[in-house]
Amino acid sequence: MKRLVVMLALLASPALAVQPDEILPDPALEARAREISRDIRCPVCQGESIDDSVAPISRDLRIIIRERLVAGDSDAEVVDYIVARYGEFVLFNPRPEGSNLILWLAGPALLLAGLGIAVATQRRQVATPEVELSDSDEARLREILKG
Amino acid sequence: MIVELGHFALVLALSVAVIQSTLPMWGAWRRDARMMAVGEPAAVIQLLLVGFAFAALTYAFVVSDFSLSVVTANSHTDKPMLYKISGVWGNHEGSLLLWVLILAVYGAAVARFGSNLPDTLKARVISVQGMIGVAFLLFMLFTSNPFWRMDVPPMNGQDLNPLLQDPGLAFHPPFLYLGYVGLSMAFSFAVAALIEGRVDAAWARWVRPWTLAAWVFLTIGIALGSWWAYYELGWGGFWFWDPVENASFMPWLLSAALLHSAIVVEKRESLKAWTILLAIMAFGFSLIGTFIVRSGVITSVHAFANDPERGVFILMILGVFTGGALLLFMLRASAMEAKGLFAVVSRESALIANNILLAVSAFVVFIGTIWPLAAEMLLGRTMSVGEPFFNAAFTPFFVALALILPLGAMLAWKRADASRNLRSLWGAALLAVALGGLAFAMQTGRSALGPVGAALGAWVVFGALTDIWSRTGRGAVAVRLARLTRLPRADWGKMTAHSGLGITVFAVAAMNAWKVEDIRIVQIGDTFPLGRYEVTLNAVNEVQGPNYVSTMADMTVMRDGAQVAQLFPEKRIYPVAGMPTTEAAIDYGFLRDIYLVIGDPQKDGGWAVRSYVEPFANWLWGGAILMALGGFLSLSDRRYRVAAGARKVAAVGVPAE
Repeated sequence: MKRLVVMLALLASPALAVQPDEILPDPALEARAREISRDIRCPVCQGESIDDSVAPISRDLRIIIRERLVAGDSDAEVVDYIVARYGEFVLFNPRPEGSNLILWLAGPALLLAGLGIAVATQRRQVATPEVELSDSDEARLREILKG
Repeated sequence: MIVELGHFALVLALSVAVIQSTLPMWGAWRRDARMMAVGEPAAVIQLLLVGFAFAALTYAFVVSDFSLSVVTANSHTDKPMLYKISGVWGNHEGSLLLWVLILAVYGAAVARFGSNLPDTLKARVISVQGMIGVAFLLFMLFTSNPFWRMDVPPMNGQDLNPLLQDPGLAFHPPFLYLGYVGLSMAFSFAVAALIEGRVDAAWARWVRPWTLAAWVFLTIGIALGSWWAYYELGWGGFWFWDPVENASFMPWLLSAALLHSAIVVEKRESLKAWTILLAIMAFGFSLIGTFIVRSGVITSVHAFANDPERGVFILMILGVFTGGALLLFMLRASAMEAKGLFAVVSRESALIANNILLAVSAFVVFIGTIWPLAAEMLLGRTMSVGEPFFNAAFTPFFVALALILPLGAMLAWKRADASRNLRSLWGAALLAVALGGLAFAMQTGRSALGPVGAALGAWVVFGALTDIWSRTGRGAVAVRLARLTRLPRADWGKMTAHSGLGITVFAVAAMNAWKVEDIRIVQIGDTFPLGRYEVTLNAVNEVQGPNYVSTMADMTVMRDGAQVAQLFPEKRIYPVAGMPTTEAAIDYGFLRDIYLVIGDPQKDGGWAVRSYVEPFANWLWGGAILMALGGFLSLSDRRYRVAAGARKVAAVGVPAE
């Protein structure tokens, strides 16, 4: 039993995704590596980034990212490098191109539609009185009509 | 025996629910008072039966009856009593029973306390509530029966997932379900009103407290879950945009929209159709959330792993209820004609803007959550949508909402003088900009996120304070202070909830912008710097817990030579579940949390240590508590719910109706 516990203890520690030995000496490069790895999904986990994941493949990916950065790649080149090997599945931030535009534009489109409907509805109710009246008359009239 | 009785009670509850869903509805159609009267006892009996079933299952967990497969899969004799009980809802079947129990509680509550409702409306509400009960009882009995016996009971159980053995998570699901299921009341009221063919101010007045209660419970449930993620998962994060989190966030956004639009129906008899639609959609999104969590179709860290048969059943429930309600909605469009007119600049318009922004936010969360599924089914592409997308696509709408909130909250009904309100908000705007500038000056070369968050949060908080101060009218400060204490609770609720939102907005920005992180190998006895603190690893010991073994570090946090805290971060192994967990050690503070995590031993004798300074973490939970408190304050204001706000309209010189 004791041995089992020790074995499990050595297996994995869920809290430490990024291990101290992975960290690059150059803080600027390391910061870029962390930035990139937050947006890359662990290919075998359920919705964790490689920055959070303890899976061995995530560790490999984190090390690859750092190797590419040390080799002088730009952030975009590093991401391209990983996407070329693991597919767009690993991107947590779907690229705004092709059919993904639906995803990105859905919110703004709905906002415009909502505003459009709201403005149209508002216009229609204001346009209801046929005679042009001054604002105060109109307000009074509405009160009387409703009363 | 008790277990069999519980099972039997559940089947009986189903038959009672069938009666509850049919007779009162028919009675309301025929105007038959006796048939309508069946609803009340039926709802109460259903509650008693489901309550008995729930008690029976709890009993099985407490005495560790391993002949039940649910107990075997989720419990163990060594587990502490609290987690034996919370294990009842720490699994799919048991949590579904809790779902149905809460549904029955709401049904019985409207039956017992709904005496001010017209008979037919009340009968129809109880009946619709009964229909939802029938659907979920069928779902439970046919696909997820918690009372299923094992052929050969094992000697002991497989233990609850150790991550779930936590006080925060013990209470997270009940609150969340009180919220989710509470929205069924808004739904039942909406459908009943549509069948009745009458949506008016009185209807809005009845439906608003239920929505408000559901929203308050959702707020508490989400905050508890987020707090749990913060201290238990050991990443120092509090929100991950995981599908299951989104599943609870969408109903929260929509119910927030609903409780605002219901105000417009109540006070101005406008926005009726939209409010009914929101009520249907808010519960629809609760059901979608249930589908996401329980079908296993969308992968998530904390979904109940499940089979597609259940998913199909929930989709059918979703289709029948929202589809049916929407059909009814189309047929009854004439019942929802708006009465109150309003100008472009008015409280009505501001609340419409609030609703559009909240609904669009919810929609962005929704499309981001289902996009991987849709892309795979329609385009054959496997994709992921995660935090960076939501941060980029969701945040602008919420920022816009926070920007318009202080002004919108002060505008008069019908026709407002925006420049007059803006003049009184000058102080708030100035304070907000000053605080943003201060934050910018104090931080060193980081993004604009922190200062912008500080300014935005301050704008909302000071805007809320300006709003309540303006309610006291004119006169000497002492007179106005005296008036302040006499303001209705609803005004205080509004101020408290809006301030809570502002504080939450600020805390989210601050935690994202100013967090300090440090990962390193530390030898025993070594000291390392963390922000303005110095942390020493004194020792690492093995400790035996009730059902786990812990590797516990002893660490001291110092600042300027004085001890700030002594912390004991742990790494636990639960041998039965075969799972390690981390227990971060946190020194909670008003302005910052110090958050320490112990990792693996290294080959050269040191230990991996991860440490954070989390700025303003407590403000996040504080903001959520304020929002919930604001909701409770408004709920406790009876006067506000009964007499509409004519007084407020009169105060700015527009004739009251």
